Amino acid sequence: MTISVTASDIATASIPGAVKARRARVSAAGLRAACDRVRAEGGRLIALWGCDDTDLGAGYVLNVALLDRDGLLCLGLPLPAEHPHYPSIADLFPAAIRMQRSAYDLLGLHAQGSPDSRKWLRHGAWPGGVFPLRKNVPIDAAFEPAPDHYPFVRVEGEGVHEIPVGPVHAGTIEPGHFRFSIVGEAVLRLEQRLGYKHKGIEKRAEGMSLEHCARLAGRVSGDSTVAYAWAYAQAVESLAGVRVPARALWLRAIALELERVHNHLGDLGYLGNDVALAFGFFQFWRLKELVLRLNASIFGHRYLMDYIVPGGVARDLPLEAPGKLAELAAALEAELRTLRGVYDEHAGAQDRFIGAGRVAPELAQRLGLTGMAGRASGLACDLRVDHPIAPYDQLDVRMATHDRGDVAARVAVRFDEVFESLRLVGAMLGQAVAGAVNVPLPVAPAHGFGVGMVEGWRGEVLVALETGAGGNVRRLHPHDPSWQNWPLLERAVIDNIVPDFPLINKSFNLSYSAQDL
Amino acid sequence: MIDAAAIAFQIVQSIFVAATAPLLLGWVNQCRCWLQNRSGPGVLQPYYVLGRLFHKEAVLAENASPLFWATPYILFGCMWLAGGIVPVLATDLPFAPAADIIALVGVFALARVFISLAALDIGTSFGGLGARREMLVGFLAEPAMLMTLFTAAFISGSTQLTTIVESLARREFAIYPSLAFAAVAFLMVLLAENARIPVDNPATHLELTMIHEAMILEYSARHLALIEWASAIKLYAYMTIGLALFVPWGIAQGGNWPALPFALAALALKLVVAGAGLALIETVSAKFRVFRAPEFLSTAFLLAVLGMLIHFLVGQ
Repeated sequence: MTISVTASDIATASIPGAVKARRARVSAAGLRAACDRVRAEGGRLIALWGCDDTDLGAGYVLNVALLDRDGLLCLGLPLPAEHPHYPSIADLFPAAIRMQRSAYDLLGLHAQGSPDSRKWLRHGAWPGGVFPLRKNVPIDAAFEPAPDHYPFVRVEGEGVHEIPVGPVHAGTIEPGHFRFSIVGEAVLRLEQRLGYKHKGIEKRAEGMSLEHCARLAGRVSGDSTVAYAWAYAQAVESLAGVRVPARALWLRAIALELERVHNHLGDLGYLGNDVALAFGFFQFWRLKELVLRLNASIFGHRYLMDYIVPGGVARDLPLEAPGKLAELAAALEAELRTLRGVYDEHAGAQDRFIGAGRVAPELAQRLGLTGMAGRASGLACDLRVDHPIAPYDQLDVRMATHDRGDVAARVAVRFDEVFESLRLVGAMLGQAVAGAVNVPLPVAPAHGFGVGMVEGWRGEVLVALETGAGGNVRRLHPHDPSWQNWPLLERAVIDNIVPDFPLINKSFNLSYSAQDL
Repeated sequence: MIDAAAIAFQIVQSIFVAATAPLLLGWVNQCRCWLQNRSGPGVLQPYYVLGRLFHKEAVLAENASPLFWATPYILFGCMWLAGGIVPVLATDLPFAPAADIIALVGVFALARVFISLAALDIGTSFGGLGARREMLVGFLAEPAMLMTLFTAAFISGSTQLTTIVESLARREFAIYPSLAFAAVAFLMVLLAENARIPVDNPATHLELTMIHEAMILEYSARHLALIEWASAIKLYAYMTIGLALFVPWGIAQGGNWPALPFALAALALKLVVAGAGLALIETVSAKFRVFRAPEFLSTAFLLAVLGMLIHFLVGQ
């Protein structure tokens, strides 16, 4: 490990592995100073999570992952075992608010000076004052379900009324509660209440073997299984010092791009459906189905689950795979050009898309919008371009950005990215070298720390991993870009009308499962 | 005046309308499926849905008033009455004098008032949302509908639907500019009043975007079945009004039994074409923003008024 000193005088140690990352222990003041510096330099907050080290005779640790020009910066702030508290960083990174609230619900880490300290993930499944992620709460602890009182912000005024929507919806979508304050049809305020899908993934991971936990990590959000599996594999490989064979990296990237393609195709279909253009829905879903079937035939799973494993990929592609992939990519590209023409020239659809759910670039920048939605609001951030990991460093990825920030821009970014991903798949098929596709994992070191980060289809997916004494998982924290983007959806619908919300929501298509954990 | 044959005709037509209305809906849905490259559930699907719903146990909200459970019956009654007085197969219907075109619009309005009140009755936010939007659409659709019918009434000199149809059917085949305007206006009203795309989406599951569906979210089993059936009859009635006004050829005179098979064949052909046309419109359109609906219906109103003015100016 090399020790280097950065501008803010924090001694950082680089974390080995695929992702360029450093790690540092900081004081409370140092944490805020580092956040302030990264923010001033145009960096971003990636994730915030806590760890319980009380069983090791220490206190708690608050971890903050930032992304600056040099890559990932993981800051650890040790907290006392009694009344753990830390200064809120929500004034610097507003996206931290919900992460801080969750850190309190799960571990009892109190953010001082936070503008919002209501509960977030706790819904009555465990009582207040119990922090389920603490080591002294057994994994099989059961609590009497208690009524869930959540103080929504009330909007007062003449003609203002509330519409509660969800968590049970009429369609097959995940559970989330949306509280609209409206006048007539105009939305004055939207408040989200998420956490209905809290499954205790982080608690479940504790004590699992690194191999076994890969399956869990790949199921944090089913639509991003490749991104999570890859980020998790990176974390394990960084921790255990594994060098992955080159061919495995190419295959991982092909899988990731195919995941991006099938998700974007599905969303483009849904966006058509939401403006009652069922034609678009069925056409895009027909194309998505072609991708899924090819996935099943060459990767062994329609959604590519469990294909990426720590140490490489589960198996090499069959011999006919490159031909089939190239054939599908060509067919998709031709059909998509036609469909894009249909969407672009459909006056009714464009009337709904353009101007709906606008997130201005300044707002997006200030509140930390990220990933695909960020690129539609003019934020040129894409890990494949900014901080390329192998094999993206050997590819010339063209980033898609639009600056209108409305539904139409998010549609346009999706189209651009599908075309780009199809191009990349073709390029990768040509460049992928032959060779082994996985290496056996050595015994992982005790009390190691590893991190992985991948540009999934929604945005950057981060997985942080710590091992315990036996080399098993001690702490797993998967982080989804939905954490950053959900609050922006609240902003995007202001001044829009209620019946446009489903369309705007779908244009972001954020994950409930990965946010609720 | 009213003879037994005419009464028999009336009864036959009323039963016929109620029995075949779901078939028309099934046909429209089937055409939509075909246009979307899907195989579709078959034209009989609405009957299966009704059958399933009638066999289910009805669930009522605890705070539902009698208005809530009475509304499906009122709704069904209104639509069936409308279906009975519209000359579907024949003119000279004995029921027809019970309501002229103004009263017909009133019958539809009565149904609208009850379904909206029932939607508010339970007190859910979606019901209120739907009722509010329904009223927004309704108060603009009704005058446009009336204007359309008035154009036809001026041409035939009567507000009696059967008389209008009879006089229109006897005219020689020619394009009447006034009726052409009225026909376009009528089509727009038909789309809005029957909760079709681009005004509403009958297939959506998105509660926040619904108009008609939002009002009936709380209904189940036989109540829902009656509402669905009434909606099917409403679409049928609107389509047959349109056909009777703008393509009345082939319709039978009251009591003229031998003309009935021909009238049936003509009606079936016209409905097959009209249903496919509706499916086509719905397939190529996207849904408006809710606030486009007033513009859409004002346009319909304007066209209907233009049709009427042209009638006065041109005299046909």
